[in-house]
Amino acid sequence: MTLDLLGRGIAARITAVDWAVLAPEEGKRLRALGLDEGAEVEVVHRGVFAGRDPLAVQVGTMTVALRRVHAAAMTVEAL
Amino acid sequence: MNPARIAALVGNPNAGKSALFTALTGARQKIANYPGVTVERRAGRLVLGDGQVATLIDLPGAYSFDSTSPDEEVTRKVVHGELPGEAQPDVLIAVLDAANLEHHLVFAQEVIEVGLPVVVALNMMDLAERDGLVIDPAALSSALGVPVVPTVAVRRKGLAELAAAVAAAEGTSRQPNPHVTLPERRLTARNIAKAAILSRSGAHMVHAGLDKVLLHPWLGPVILFGLLFVMFQAVFAWASPFADGLEALAAMASDAIKGAMAPGIGRDFLTEGVIAGVGSVVVFLPQIVILFAFILVMEATGYMARAAFLMDRMMAGVGLSGRSFIPLLSSFACAIPGIMATRSIADPKDRLTTILIAPLMTCSARLPVYAVIIAAVIPATSVGPGVGLQGLVLFALYVAGIVGAMGAALVLRRTVTKGAASGFIMELPRYQLPLLKDLLIGLWQRAWVFLRRAGSIIFVVTIALWLLLTFPRAGEDESQLDASYAGQLATAMHPVFEPIGFNREMTLALVPAMAAREVAVSSLATTYAVDSEDEEAASAALGVEIAKRWSLPTALAFLAWFVFAPQCISTIAVARRETNGWKWPGVMLAYLFALAYIFAGITFWGATALGL
Repeated sequence: MTLDLLGRGIAARITAVDWAVLAPEEGKRLRALGLDEGAEVEVVHRGVFAGRDPLAVQVGTMTVALRRVHAAAMTVEAL
Repeated sequence: MNPARIAALVGNPNAGKSALFTALTGARQKIANYPGVTVERRAGRLVLGDGQVATLIDLPGAYSFDSTSPDEEVTRKVVHGELPGEAQPDVLIAVLDAANLEHHLVFAQEVIEVGLPVVVALNMMDLAERDGLVIDPAALSSALGVPVVPTVAVRRKGLAELAAAVAAAEGTSRQPNPHVTLPERRLTARNIAKAAILSRSGAHMVHAGLDKVLLHPWLGPVILFGLLFVMFQAVFAWASPFADGLEALAAMASDAIKGAMAPGIGRDFLTEGVIAGVGSVVVFLPQIVILFAFILVMEATGYMARAAFLMDRMMAGVGLSGRSFIPLLSSFACAIPGIMATRSIADPKDRLTTILIAPLMTCSARLPVYAVIIAAVIPATSVGPGVGLQGLVLFALYVAGIVGAMGAALVLRRTVTKGAASGFIMELPRYQLPLLKDLLIGLWQRAWVFLRRAGSIIFVVTIALWLLLTFPRAGEDESQLDASYAGQLATAMHPVFEPIGFNREMTLALVPAMAAREVAVSSLATTYAVDSEDEEAASAALGVEIAKRWSLPTALAFLAWFVFAPQCISTIAVARRETNGWKWPGVMLAYLFALAYIFAGITFWGATALGL
């Protein structure tokens, strides 16, 4: 399952990230914010309009907003 | 430490660096740009423990030295002493958010690895305690190998200790150690945080509860739009008494000069050139201050990131991100603060696109033009219960601006500002109560930047325009406007504007309206020789003249022109400053004038064909 499909409030771990589909800058930024392989995450909010985009993800003590395209590059497994 | 010494604050965005900077330096801050880039450089005086003084600079927030934004790039270069014209700091103050310790320790390690003397400020200890965290600064200090000082910037706690530690840290440099990887740093951060956090009792996280409401799928947008409604009400309603006051002040100054000086060109220069010109820009100060008060509160509390989150999907549709929303919104009051607010957009292409489309948001200076012409040519009939035709036309003009801006963004993003979609990746910081004093300092700085600009470039430009309108002097039977260089320019320009239905007076009004759009109204009034001391009577009389002389297609074309035309030299000047050159203001001028011409033309020909 990928992060964009993860239900709200379900704790999960990122097991793999397909960095190739992300722009290099985006990858850097996501890594800098702690969204990387091994990170424990939880979707806390989703956008309002079509596609429920963007989403807000809890990583440790931090909340990070990202778009579905980014989340779709991250494979997660529920904890 | 001698005064030439420099200490720099480095840390993640949202670590409370700016609040710490203000707490350490007070209100006397020097704000400028770093050479060659539009990243703000803030510097102030830091009084050290031993009474000596150092320069403190507040570096832009960064997550890493592996930079992804112009801000982070500046931080990396300054810290490594690679930015030309900027000395390498002697001591780095790494600012950590105590409640976000593990995350912030990742960048802190990178800062320490540079090898310069480092002091860690463990900031926002109060918020950490509120969340039930107990942290041992001594354990943190021994793990990191640098001094750690707990601080609460907004309560002014730990500042003297921090200053003393900075003074003591000088000359304590280490071997640079650049070969650590990000996963290694992350692991170290986790272990250090685990060892330093003594207990974590029932973290109740106030902000999670707030986000449940403010980011709620439908409640969130309702609250956002409610807030924006209040903001616009405030900008237009609360500002008007102050704006009226400033206008009255300008009139008094003008009268005083008229009383004290003999009639002549020198007197006209002061009253019609200097006071009227600069006054026409300064009247917007109250609106700008109120607008920035809202923006600063939204930023300082952490709500701004939520607004960006809520609006991102809509902005993504035209190739922008949620971060462009607030600058564009500000542009409804005035494009100048709007363009200034684009500094918070990390992606340079996004930022540029936002600057280029900001003038399409219907600013308050267009309102007088719209009001006079709509009142003159659109009948005050009702098209439905509670909906008047005049109001509908005004609404349509606002919508035309927004649609135009969205269309322009779409096209620009695929042509001149082409590049990979920037995406939208940002931290949603924790909510905080800002300190009133910090807000007032921020507000004062914004107002000062605006006034300084009004006093420099806008001043020069309005004087130039006044000269064009005043010379050569008119003879006995001709009006000054006709005889002036501006009038001659209008005559020369008229063939260009004739096809889109503009008469000569309208073309003439476009010239002084370059200073500020609302001047078009007074210019038309002068041309049609309606002169009345009473403003309302004057605009009513002007309406009668326009209704008599302009056909409906002509008037509509004029309105369409003002939706798109970049009729404001101040905006162009700000765009030049923010983009560091004439290239982008040039692009802006060209495409907006082209749009204005095309849409005024379509309006004129369409309305004529429809037999209006």
